[in-house]
Amino acid sequence: MRRVFNSLPAAFYVALIYGFIFLPVAVLVLFSFQETRLPVPPFNGPSLRWYEAVFNDARMMDALGNSILVALASSAVSVALGFLAAYGLARHRLPAPRLLQGLLTAPLTVSYLIIAMGLLITFNAVAMPKSLLTIGIGHVVINLPLCFAILYSQMGEHQANVERAARDLGAREWQVLALISVPMLWPALFASFFLSVTFSWDEFIIAFMVSRFDVTLPVEIWSMLRSGLNPQTNAVGSLVFIVSMVLVVALEMMLRRRRPE
Amino acid sequence: MGEGASGRAARDLRAWGFLAPALIWTAAFFIVPLAIMLVYSFWQRVGTNLVTELTLANYQNFFAKSFFLQSLINSIEVTLVVTVVSVLLAYPLAYILAEKVPQRWQRLALIAAILPFWTSYVVRSYSWLLVLSEGGILSNFLLDIGLTAEPVSFANNRGATIVGFVHFFVMLLTLTIYANLVQLSPSYRKAAADLGAGPVRAFLYVTLPLTLPGIMVGAFLTFVLCIGDYITPQILGGNRELLLPQTIMLQIGRRADFPMASALAMMLMAVVTIAYVACARWLKIDRV
Repeated sequence: MRRVFNSLPAAFYVALIYGFIFLPVAVLVLFSFQETRLPVPPFNGPSLRWYEAVFNDARMMDALGNSILVALASSAVSVALGFLAAYGLARHRLPAPRLLQGLLTAPLTVSYLIIAMGLLITFNAVAMPKSLLTIGIGHVVINLPLCFAILYSQMGEHQANVERAARDLGAREWQVLALISVPMLWPALFASFFLSVTFSWDEFIIAFMVSRFDVTLPVEIWSMLRSGLNPQTNAVGSLVFIVSMVLVVALEMMLRRRRPE
Repeated sequence: MGEGASGRAARDLRAWGFLAPALIWTAAFFIVPLAIMLVYSFWQRVGTNLVTELTLANYQNFFAKSFFLQSLINSIEVTLVVTVVSVLLAYPLAYILAEKVPQRWQRLALIAAILPFWTSYVVRSYSWLLVLSEGGILSNFLLDIGLTAEPVSFANNRGATIVGFVHFFVMLLTLTIYANLVQLSPSYRKAAADLGAGPVRAFLYVTLPLTLPGIMVGAFLTFVLCIGDYITPQILGGNRELLLPQTIMLQIGRRADFPMASALAMMLMAVVTIAYVACARWLKIDRV
């Protein structure tokens, strides 16, 4: 009895915070099924007309394709560069490893806004046209340090021993990398790739500043916001939410399956 | 290991080869842009021309014009309130999740608690607009229970910006504080109890100090992300008062005044650096 009484305030508190956390998402999804033109009470529906509008919106579909392309490409580059750097730093004696590590992770401490501005000024200075490529470059800047940090932290002594054994048995460096290090680090590689994809997928300010005609989904959604409250924005938002959800659940399941227990 | 000097040199070279792509990328697209911005901040835009003569005019402008300085003050105020409120809300949640929820439900409960974290950032701010704006859910609820007679708007002000931020950072902080709490060995608290400390004392003198690093890491992250964010204040805050990122974007978007924008960005970086120095002793990122 005392336990129940003790945990009652706790349960109440948890319910309150969960309510606060889920309130806006619940409202977003509910009113994406609104029949009428305003996503505010009273609720009329359910109707799928705004989802239809989204899928018939060519600009939106273009932005969706761009987002996927940029996310996959920039994440692949981030993971590759991050992996090579982590391998170089963890397995070789280099002067000032702390400094190199600090340099590679430095972008994590600077606001995206400032990174975006710096890129914009630089691209302007060298007359590089704003495109999906420039967005992708920016996304590698923010995701590379993350991938590097994750992979570097996972390169333990255990793998080093196996790698040394392979080298002693006559494996070349690329063979060690491809046949030993990559398979052993697979969960970390996978996690950093997925994390990069979700970050790139959601990134707004860099994509906004260094893009022109081809934009990504968050930028397209941003330009929809100018028309105020609109159930179509709710529909896109709900779809994005579901996609992110599927990604997170997939990642969680993958990691759980890989974890030896 | 019998490696000759030439073998070692070859290995060193190869090691630099592994690091080179990442280093070059970071240098070209991060260090160089920051350096260019730093130089820009000492240039000036006069009319539509860029005057490439070193001057402190932008920084003088920053402190002279209340428009700029005020936006920094607004930003710091909002960020501090957001950080404190988020920590105060997230800590009990993380604590209950780590201590009161049965082990096998913990992971699920945690994932649920941060689920909306994965929605699009832009969409999340927009969905608060649905709740807070005139005719929105909150206004409608208050009408229904008779607290107001007219629809009210809670959006387009500082409060709305803070609510939007707190929503995001409560999730982030719950995650970092929870991670810290579950690492604590229960024997610390048992020892405290054995030595005669009640649950409150044990919490205040044992658990809380031991979780301080987790709190500080989370709080610092909150501070950095919050003070540099443009989206939430732009969507929820209205245009009566601006935060620093909005002022920066105004310089770029409306006036194409890159020198002034760069100077403002440098001020933003300075504030973040001060915050970093202030909590540096708790922020050790080590190789595990």
